Amino acid sequence: MSTHDAVAAPPTAGEANYLNCSHGFRSWFFTLDHKRIGVMYLASILSFFLLGGILALLIRTELLTPTRTLMSADDYNKVFTLHGAIMIFLFIIPGIPAALGNFVLPLMLGAKDVALPRLNLASYHLYLIGALIAVLSIVQGGVDAGWTFYAPYSTTTNTAVVTLTFGVFVLGFSSVFTGLNFIVTMHKMRPAGMGWFDMPLMLWALYATSIIQVLATPILGITMVLLIVERVMGIGIFDPALGGDPVLYQHFFWFYSHPAVYIMILPAMGIISEVVSVFSRKHIFGYRAIAYSSLAIAAFSFLVWGHHMFTSGQSELMNMIFSALTFSVSIPSAVKMFNWLSTMYKGSIRFDTPMIYALSFMFLFGIGGLTGLFLGSLATDVHLHDTYFVVAHFHYVMFGGTVIAFLAGLHYWWPKMFGRMYDERWGRISAIIISVGFNITFFTQFVMGSQGMPRRYYAYVDKFEPYHVISSIGSYLMAAGFFMTAWYLVKSLYRGRPAPVNPWGGGSLEWQAASPPVMHNFTDEPVGGDPYDYTNQAYDPALGGYVLRKTEVSDR
Amino acid sequence: MILSGLLNTLSVRGAGVPFLATGDGTFWLPVRATEAAGSVDNLFYFIFWISLFFFTLLMALLAIFAVRYRRRREGEEPEPSPSHNLAVEIVWTAIPVLLVAAIFWFGFQAYVDMSTPPLNAYQIQVTGQKWKWTFTYPNGYVDELLHVPADRPVQLVMTSQDVIHSLSIPAFRIKRDLVPGRYSKAWFTAVRPGDYDIYCAEYCGTQHSAMLSTVKVLPPEEFDAWLREHSDILSGLTPVEGGERVYNVLGCKQCHTLDGAAGVGPTFRDLFGSERSFKGGGRALADENYVSNSVLDPQSQIVQGFEPVMPTFKGRIKDQEITALIAFLKSLSGHAPREEASATVGAGTP
Repeated sequence: MSTHDAVAAPPTAGEANYLNCSHGFRSWFFTLDHKRIGVMYLASILSFFLLGGILALLIRTELLTPTRTLMSADDYNKVFTLHGAIMIFLFIIPGIPAALGNFVLPLMLGAKDVALPRLNLASYHLYLIGALIAVLSIVQGGVDAGWTFYAPYSTTTNTAVVTLTFGVFVLGFSSVFTGLNFIVTMHKMRPAGMGWFDMPLMLWALYATSIIQVLATPILGITMVLLIVERVMGIGIFDPALGGDPVLYQHFFWFYSHPAVYIMILPAMGIISEVVSVFSRKHIFGYRAIAYSSLAIAAFSFLVWGHHMFTSGQSELMNMIFSALTFSVSIPSAVKMFNWLSTMYKGSIRFDTPMIYALSFMFLFGIGGLTGLFLGSLATDVHLHDTYFVVAHFHYVMFGGTVIAFLAGLHYWWPKMFGRMYDERWGRISAIIISVGFNITFFTQFVMGSQGMPRRYYAYVDKFEPYHVISSIGSYLMAAGFFMTAWYLVKSLYRGRPAPVNPWGGGSLEWQAASPPVMHNFTDEPVGGDPYDYTNQAYDPALGGYVLRKTEVSDR
Repeated sequence: MILSGLLNTLSVRGAGVPFLATGDGTFWLPVRATEAAGSVDNLFYFIFWISLFFFTLLMALLAIFAVRYRRRREGEEPEPSPSHNLAVEIVWTAIPVLLVAAIFWFGFQAYVDMSTPPLNAYQIQVTGQKWKWTFTYPNGYVDELLHVPADRPVQLVMTSQDVIHSLSIPAFRIKRDLVPGRYSKAWFTAVRPGDYDIYCAEYCGTQHSAMLSTVKVLPPEEFDAWLREHSDILSGLTPVEGGERVYNVLGCKQCHTLDGAAGVGPTFRDLFGSERSFKGGGRALADENYVSNSVLDPQSQIVQGFEPVMPTFKGRIKDQEITALIAFLKSLSGHAPREEASATVGAGTP
């Protein structure tokens, strides 16, 4: 180990890095270091990704046959509820901002830490408490209300709804704390020479995400509290039997949960902006267009929640307004896509694992985005609402978009986080297997959905069986890809080639810190510049990475 | 054979050319059984072809760039090229804006048509509950399957007795939530006789996926015959049994008890043959004509101590059913002569 470390961190050879500067449980659990908090977040969310993934495999296995395969209808309902709740609240929402974002945001700013390190630690502790409460609901027998907790089903079912919704309530605070911290950090801690429009686009994406987290999450918290109040005290808010209004619940829920979709996808788009530019070795095309489109998405995201309710009985006028507003949010996403493609034009493209994932993102997110047009349009949505078409659409966006981008980011920053290179060949193979498996699983679901197959069905009519079988086979292929990924990533921690400071030729400031960075990130305070200018770097075959050109260094 | 299969797969049928559409299912969409479904399908394929065109274009560019501009050796640097262009940004913002505006407008128009039933629509009441559908016809007949006439507009007036359900008929391209405490509506004109699936589309618990039914579209004259036959609720019953059925099905039991306690209206126990005194003076013996008059013109004689709230059943109840109801009332009354109770229904009715 020690010989590797010496090689791994040339600029600061001899100095301890953040991973080995102190030892013991307390040095991690009560750390104020954003990098350690990021790594703890990463380990936590990946554990829940594994749990949510196992639940997904249970769902797909149950659906291999039209009737009972593995479990009872009640168990199936609990499994899909927990799959949704765990993946959304414990994996995807904290996934990119709290795990990867925590690690890279201060580094990209050339800062020592986030502005409020104690708040950062509190955010992680609240995440853990919320997660434990959510897991407690499984011990209590599970929840069968669906992750959307629609009233009055959720207020009348006799499962552990109160526990899980209270867990979600606590997790909301964790999310708000992270968002608040990031906003303050970006306002106050940009280095000399880095104006707003000199920030890497990942930071613009995190900024837009944080605004949504801070403004929208309290609505979810209040909604969960109202649900708990109704269940525990019998006060009629949503249940018509008690004088409440169930459609009001849907408005409250989606007022958070639609913007939450952009909490998930915006940071993913940030990662893609970084990766496409670095691996094309070309300045990002349309920097301002991409930055503004992140803000536009954040703003529009608050105005479209009603498109989840086109069949709920809200008025035709409201449906018309929400449909029109929904289409407006598609434009900035399309603009980003065109700019990424233009960035590749006349570049010098290198197909390392992060870039394979980024290309895969453009393919999958393209399908996810375009199928949204069918759902934003009123007449077609009525037919497709609550079918597998919707299930496929949001998996293409949430998985094909966010998770694939998360994997791109994880592979992109892995050498920086742990100072090791993973096996590039296995990385590419796994990326391709996951993408192919994903398409088999979910493209099939578009077809069965438009044929009418409703979602959340334990049993189904025989004509849908072939689609379900193909979909399940795809999910096993995807699972194989993930286990391969887990295997080579863990292996890299022990056997991986020590990572150079800048293996990919990234221009943002985190690539000037050692791999892994020292306790306070930088030995010399870095100066901001254009993060997408690659002309001052040169490839050094001896290091297997990029170094700043001598002239540039001496200019400082 | 192969060609038609291929065309089917590529969904060329009905792709914005309704006169070619047969209504048979395609690779993407199920069989189509209503008029409005045609405009939904046309819109679906309009969006489909636009999406496919742009997706193919973008992915082709992606593939071309990936091959053409791949890095051929480590350390290779690209030729300088521009990194922004305002004109290009405006163009590729404007084109999608125009396209989605068109998609929005077509979707809204088709939706408005689907939301506006004609005034003469035939109304069927739909009740959802865990985990079954109940369909009530205008004459009071109740069934678990939905029978509808072809070529006649039908409106469903729906509500739920417990949690939210959603009535989904993929072949009609309609879906509407049933919300407890509210009425929601859906309408359609079925044009293609046959049996089509009804699903519950809003998750409602254990048997959600078993909350299924079938809509049977019948030619109009067959529908009328079917309804006439099935709504003869007295068939095979004695008059007293038939009267009890009428009492339960037509809703008498909501207001009139059988145990002597006053409800919204007077109890049916010991009613027949008793002397009734009315608001505003006047008395009458509760005989056959009194009962018949109370059913058909309830506001004309209000018994003292009760409010004038009973609706008329004129047009909703048949003479035979009134006769059976009279027999049932007699069986509950100590004042009634016994021997008439054995007469068959129908005999002696005008």
